[in-house]
Amino acid sequence: MQHMEFKVKWGMVIDLDKCTGCGACSIACRAENNIPPMQDASNKLRTTDWMNIYELSNGKKFPDLEIAYLPRPCMQCGKPSCSTVCPVVATTKDEEGGIVSQVYPRCIGCRYCMAACPYHARYFNWFDPIWPEGMEKTLTPYVSARPRGVVEKCTFCHHRFNAAKEQARMSGADPLDLPEDAYIPACAEVCPTGAIVFGNLKNPEHRVAKLAASKYAFRLLARLGTDPQVYYYSKRDWVRQLGDNYLQKELKGGEHV
Amino acid sequence: MSEREFWPEGVERCDLGKFLAWLGFISIFLVWGAYGAYKVLGTGIGVTALDNYFGFGLWITFDLAVIALGAGAFFSGFLRYIMRIDELKNIINLAVIVGFLCYSGAMLILVLDIGQPLRAWFGYWHPNVHSMLTEVIFCITCYCTVLIIEYVPLILENRQIAKNRFCHHLAHNFHVYMPLFAGIGTFLSTFHQGSLGGMYGVLFGRPFVFREGFFIWPWTFFLFVASAIASGPAFTMLCATFMETITGRKLVSYETKKLMGKIAGLLLCFYMFFKILDTYAWAKGILPGMGLTFDQMYNSAAGYGKTWLWVELFWCGVIPAIMLVTPAVRNRPALLYTAAILDCVGIVINRFVFTVQALAIPVMPFDQWFSYAPNWAEWSTSLMIIAYGFLVMSLSYRYLPIFPQERALNR
Repeated sequence: MQHMEFKVKWGMVIDLDKCTGCGACSIACRAENNIPPMQDASNKLRTTDWMNIYELSNGKKFPDLEIAYLPRPCMQCGKPSCSTVCPVVATTKDEEGGIVSQVYPRCIGCRYCMAACPYHARYFNWFDPIWPEGMEKTLTPYVSARPRGVVEKCTFCHHRFNAAKEQARMSGADPLDLPEDAYIPACAEVCPTGAIVFGNLKNPEHRVAKLAASKYAFRLLARLGTDPQVYYYSKRDWVRQLGDNYLQKELKGGEHV
Repeated sequence: MSEREFWPEGVERCDLGKFLAWLGFISIFLVWGAYGAYKVLGTGIGVTALDNYFGFGLWITFDLAVIALGAGAFFSGFLRYIMRIDELKNIINLAVIVGFLCYSGAMLILVLDIGQPLRAWFGYWHPNVHSMLTEVIFCITCYCTVLIIEYVPLILENRQIAKNRFCHHLAHNFHVYMPLFAGIGTFLSTFHQGSLGGMYGVLFGRPFVFREGFFIWPWTFFLFVASAIASGPAFTMLCATFMETITGRKLVSYETKKLMGKIAGLLLCFYMFFKILDTYAWAKGILPGMGLTFDQMYNSAAGYGKTWLWVELFWCGVIPAIMLVTPAVRNRPALLYTAAILDCVGIVINRFVFTVQALAIPVMPFDQWFSYAPNWAEWSTSLMIIAYGFLVMSLSYRYLPIFPQERALNR
């Protein structure tokens, strides 16, 4: 499979030891990306939370019980399982920092990308988007409202990247060498504990690059080979093990393959 | 002119009142399905039971299943026109109609299934050459056109239509060129049957279905082709038998049915050999390689137990394969039909497993199992397609000369 590499690689490190599961990232994402409130949110499998938060447990009884929260945006995979399967090139791995984009006017709503994504990071618009009266005034003008029948997903607030590039151009700076914090997605900006760090994974000056290189950093389902650009960070072994499909009686050295 | 004069020459059909009552019964399902389709197209597929975990559900299972069962058309055409197995001329017309119904029905369901039906043509306009689904879109629409071309001469052979010189000669010429269309159909159908399997085989994020590549194709590409041609002829034979039961007339000789059963049996053996090999390699190699165990793939409480696997492989795989290749079994109608039914059920289970069960498996260790049960909107529209098949088949049987042996068998 083709592995796309670009000069800039936007990435995220989420410190699971800092995350309190408050949900601010999820709410900020909804507000920033014009995700409409649901008429009936009772079916949680039909919600449209681009930033979903999972509760992780070490499986032990109190007082040994430990909990961690794992916010899950789109992993912006280096080798996306979704874009290669889309029959109409509605989703692609972009040169714009390796963000996996979604072209809503081209999506035919076949949902093949949803079937392909092991992270469940893609969401289908089951219903027409309806905002309560007056709420339309709060919509972000740079993000399109998606119609019924298309798949949508987190794009690392790509519109903010465009704004940051414009700002850089206007000030005479290189838009492909943005300083840290010139572009950060809404979830990272709003996180009250600073658990979400965002930046260019290929720029050693950025904190995200240093954190991703840490021995405590891991990627979700790394064994599948999707090469995510979202890293998680935890000093707790059980959290890191849960990040991959940990096999209790795992054979070593590839002898089982 | 009486309605009788539209019947094929020298055959008997039920009286018009009875036939209209039958069509009225079929119409109940058509109307219910049309209402479901209206709701789906009008308000979106939010009216179904599909969700973000089960983007693929009953409709896709139905599509994959009918396309596999409709493989009798292309494979019988291949054997009849390319391999020159003359005996199949007695059932080839039925195979074509069954194939046409399966493919056109699948396309109708797909129109409902995609979220943006008005953009369905984007598959041609913005094709992604890396996507197996692109290949399916191209092949399935092209092959459906081929089936229409193969069906048209049958319609033109209606006793009254054939009186028109142009229609008569057109039908004749269509028949002359039929080997060409059979060849094109075989090429197209082989590829999209394979691509339907390939669609799942390339999902490397889904351990249940992912298979390593064989050249540029995942292994499931070949398994789907093999399973389709192993069940298609059996399904065509069962359709003929079902029609005989309903109409009370002999339509296809038992010799022809036995031949179809033998073809299906040999191919089922071929398929089962590789399917069992594949399952073993998947359980012992691929899953542990991904850090998963065999047991993790199943959850009986959620309705995805190992029962499906054993029923598919043993009761609906190995057993009918042995039965169909055994001449003594094939000589007994009840056993032949039982084996054919098991064969078809096994392939339907296989398609269910690849679409619904495969998506139910939580790949992230902290994720949960979820169940899926289709709701009325999915059932009504799926039954509508089956009713549509009954409608077209009923009209074709009544007015078109489908079965060349019918007169001789009912003397």
